[in-house]
Amino acid sequence: MGRAVAVIGTGQTKHGRRDDLSYPDLVREAVKKVFEDAGITPKDVDGVVYGSMPSMMEGMAYNHFYFADALRVVGKPLLRTETCGSTGQSVAHTAIHWIASGMADVVLAVASEKEHEGDAQATMMTILEPFLMVTIGGAPVAFSLQSREWMGYYHIDDDKAREAASIVSVDSHDGGLKNPLAHIRVKLTKEDVSKAPIITYPVRLYDVCPTSDGACAVIFASEEKAKKICKKPAWVKGIGFRGEEYFIGDSNKAVWQSTIEASKEAYKEAGITNPLKELDVAEVYNPFSYQELMFLECLGLCPPGEAPDYVIKGTFSPGGELPCDPSGGVLCTNPIGAAGLIRVAEAALQVTGKAGEHQVEGAKLALSHAMGGAEQFNGITILGSEL
Amino acid sequence: MAEQKEKPRKVGAMGMVPYEMALGPTWTKFFEGFKEKKILGTKCKKCGRVLVPARPFCPRCFEPMEEWVEVAQEGTIVTWSYVNYTYFGVTPDMIPVIGAIIKLDGVDCGTGMSTQIGGLDIKDFELVTKKVKVGARVKAVWRRKRQGNFRDIDYWKIIE
Ligand SMILES: [Zn+2]
Repeated sequence: MGRAVAVIGTGQTKHGRRDDLSYPDLVREAVKKVFEDAGITPKDVDGVVYGSMPSMMEGMAYNHFYFADALRVVGKPLLRTETCGSTGQSVAHTAIHWIASGMADVVLAVASEKEHEGDAQATMMTILEPFLMVTIGGAPVAFSLQSREWMGYYHIDDDKAREAASIVSVDSHDGGLKNPLAHIRVKLTKEDVSKAPIITYPVRLYDVCPTSDGACAVIFASEEKAKKICKKPAWVKGIGFRGEEYFIGDSNKAVWQSTIEASKEAYKEAGITNPLKELDVAEVYNPFSYQELMFLECLGLCPPGEAPDYVIKGTFSPGGELPCDPSGGVLCTNPIGAAGLIRVAEAALQVTGKAGEHQVEGAKLALSHAMGGAEQFNGITILGSEL
Repeated sequence: MAEQKEKPRKVGAMGMVPYEMALGPTWTKFFEGFKEKKILGTKCKKCGRVLVPARPFCPRCFEPMEEWVEVAQEGTIVTWSYVNYTYFGVTPDMIPVIGAIIKLDGVDCGTGMSTQIGGLDIKDFELVTKKVKVGARVKAVWRRKRQGNFRDIDYWKIIE
């Protein structure tokens, strides 16, 4: 991978409906926090990486112009990276590559979304060209189709998948209640989830992420700088990213190759051979509870077709073998462009023991993940407490 | 910042841009086929796959796909979803609808374009879960007036 890289600070806004602030103010909220957390100043930063969803969601073609001051990027190099839902992971990877290559020592990575300023589903409908891959139903239908394909491929009973998805949703919402920055903070029961109105069957209301405003900032540093600046860095143990071909029907999305291959690459680099046993916590990108079931399999955390069994027996619940999304995950907070970087920040908080009420006791090795595009991209970053 | 009595407000903005997007020779011919109620795929001479919609080049082999094949208008449901919420441009009278990915007979991929399931009372959710299943057989139903675009297939009917 090149030189060792560490996370030396994280900053997140209070996520939710943030009509109280202009968009640059929101970005500044996260950037201010990350500098306070890392204990450095913009003078110490060699470069900035920024990403969000496409311009349609932002209200302008290049929001990094609008945010130049909030990003403290004036007089520094800027790289913009975006890959739809996986943007946050891509932003982190850009910063990691930048430092690992030896071209920079300290890089500020920022991602944001202010979904209440525009129309997220209208934007999602413009992600693809408008004459060939014309699907109905926006993002929820794309991922519901994938979940149903997975259920059909493994002959998973509707009721069993429903029960497991409800557990995923209840666990995530319980996490959200413990995370003061989460957008949705409600107590749900399995029955609340399974009886909720249908959005895109099998997906119901509480199987779906909210529309959120929020920003996340993470400062990455080289080994030398991290050891000098930070008492307890979170070390990048491995990263992986994979893309797929454009047309959704061209491959079997129940056995999602980009998730499988991206995680394999990250595990290999991190020296992980049994991820379920070796990882202490996972921040799996879960905008839809059914999709998390499929991710658990494709991330190699349980055998193919068996995620519902593992979820029902509590493997991924709080106190289970591998707690997933203790922060509440994307199901509670979804500023899309930032959601993948929030997963990285949460993984860093966990392995440095700074996650507060949603801390997984003694976590030393954490996986973070995000996916994006029309079932097209997957990115993984694994962080650990030891170099 | 000092206390301020005005609640922060928003300002309206709108961006609209018309586009003229080139179909190129392959997708032009593909949509011309729709006018004649034909579903056309192209075949890769290297890997032998037949793909719908037709492709100018094989996504895996990177070779031109110049051999045209008229494919079956029947197939099986790979996956489906019951869409029951309103969003941008969709009003309550336009839902529910059923989206699907369909594998046409003799085609080597699933097709997700113009693949709404219809021909049954979609508002009757119980009926839908009885008839619409992964693996169920479907058949294309064309619009009477066709214009050479994705709307030409009105819906896909479940074959009993
Ligand atoms: Zn080929």
